Amino acid sequence: MRKVFSKPASLSDKPFHYCPGCTHGIIHRLIAEVIDELNIKEEVIGIAPIGCAVFMYDYFDFDFLGGAHGRAPAVATGVKRVHPDKMVFTYQGDGDAAAIGTAEIVHAAARSEKITSLFINNAIYGMTGGQMAPTTLLGQESTTSPEGRSKEMAGYPIRLTEMLATLEGTVYAARVSVHDVKHIIQAKKVIKRAFEIQQKKVGFALVEVLSTCPTNWGLTPIEATKWLEQNMIPYYPLGEIKVPKEV
Amino acid sequence: MSKILMKGNEAFGEAAVLAGCKYFFGYPITPQSELPHYMAKRLPEVGGVFLQAESEIAAINMVYGAAGAGARVMTSSSGPGISLKMEGVSYLAGAELPAVLVNVVRGGPGLGNIAPAQSDYFQATKGGGHGDYRLIVLAPSSVQEIVDLTAKAFDLADQYMNPVMLLADGILGQMMEPVELKDIKPNIPAKPWAVNGMKGRAYRNLIVSVHIVAEDNEKFNLTLQAKYDKIFQNEVLYENYKMDDAEFVMVAYGSSARLAKGAVDKAREKGLKVGLIRPITLWPFPSERLAEAATTAKAFLTVEMSLGQMVEDVRLAVNGVKPVYLYTRTGGMVPVVKDIVVELEKIVQGGGK
Repeated sequence: MRKVFSKPASLSDKPFHYCPGCTHGIIHRLIAEVIDELNIKEEVIGIAPIGCAVFMYDYFDFDFLGGAHGRAPAVATGVKRVHPDKMVFTYQGDGDAAAIGTAEIVHAAARSEKITSLFINNAIYGMTGGQMAPTTLLGQESTTSPEGRSKEMAGYPIRLTEMLATLEGTVYAARVSVHDVKHIIQAKKVIKRAFEIQQKKVGFALVEVLSTCPTNWGLTPIEATKWLEQNMIPYYPLGEIKVPKEV
Repeated sequence: MSKILMKGNEAFGEAAVLAGCKYFFGYPITPQSELPHYMAKRLPEVGGVFLQAESEIAAINMVYGAAGAGARVMTSSSGPGISLKMEGVSYLAGAELPAVLVNVVRGGPGLGNIAPAQSDYFQATKGGGHGDYRLIVLAPSSVQEIVDLTAKAFDLADQYMNPVMLLADGILGQMMEPVELKDIKPNIPAKPWAVNGMKGRAYRNLIVSVHIVAEDNEKFNLTLQAKYDKIFQNEVLYENYKMDDAEFVMVAYGSSARLAKGAVDKAREKGLKVGLIRPITLWPFPSERLAEAATTAKAFLTVEMSLGQMVEDVRLAVNGVKPVYLYTRTGGMVPVVKDIVVELEKIVQGGGK
């Protein structure tokens, strides 16, 4: 019998702990598939975040380093400068990359660190209990914006990928979503491209992935994918924002 | 090898390079700037990397990454910048990663000034960052000792898998003295735990500081304590100066100890039997030596460039057996020898404070 489907070798055997309908698991799998396809499992070093994905290293079978909230791009810089021929990627949520770690990601991009940066945007703080994130949409309810985010009180959601794309050092910037199969397939192509850019040592490559948080959004998994499509994509448009000529 | 004239801040750098440190991540702050300047020129010559970070927070996290990747790595700063690095120091201690930090202490609190001070003693020796951890703290008091202790700091960091701080001050950073670079050799152990890709390994490496189950975290912290106990047993360093017949014992470290030595000599000219115990390791602190001295001494005088921080450790060590007096200048002011002698004379006459 022909084998048509299997778990990527880069994933461990540990079942994901994520909530039903959360898309972290999908994104993890895409990363593992890309690492398998590029045959870089023995070269790759992941930098784990703080947040719901703090234990992401449990689900992969390659080297990992876990540091402080927001600092993954700085930690990755330290690793990559010591091992410039290895593959280093970061994985950060919206609070991690777009709030507490803004300086670190902006300057890693400005220095054009040859790393792959994955930015998971679900418009809310998940692990700490559904607080307002820098990417929470106007009007969106959270535990710290119970009446909905108001621009008078909390200003406007940050489009981090567009912001970083303005920097010379950012050579690749793209936004994808994983709310349905079509977009998952597209997301994988983009993530793969961001790793290939690192292989070619072109510069800082960023992929923002729109993600769901049914638990903290107060929606069912199916409602959450629809909410993402109807509310997030209009504010956070999908596509490749910046592509280097090398790819 | 003949002696060369070096500035303290540059001596940290050259000794680090000779000890095999190839990576330096830092952010500008006075009065330590000559150290990053030196590394920016020197590290590329040995195939290393000097990188100016966007902040002290980023710098210490780059250190965390490079240490995790298996390299000998250093950062330096002064008071306000060291405060920012404290997050990373806690993570280094929690992940048991070896790294060397230099604090060229300036006047504080807050922005304070750029004059020499010793007011970061508490921060260095009592935590500074969050959680149950210890930082090994070495306090040079000459440029030669900066060289010797910098090399030692890298060895201690690797041996104990723990961050090590060199605690200096603006005087030591800025002063020039002849130094011998002796034969410092990179004494770097194998690091099979480093994250450098799995190639050639049957297992993956993982470096984190999270122990989500409290029972596990307690177990881990107890292994840290066992390590700290070992450090306390094996690594205490201090200098005795004219202690053989001393009835009055001064305790001072770093720049203060240089002045205290001058005061010992002056006081002895006046016939006072004064000696000095100079802690070289501030953590582990030479408590046992002080307890021993308390059995013969009549009184102690701690001299510090702070409101009185180390004096708490001196009092813990002396444990009420003999009086412990304090003479301090603070905010970037430096004690002068004759004032210390006046203080000693008061103590001898029973009027110290």
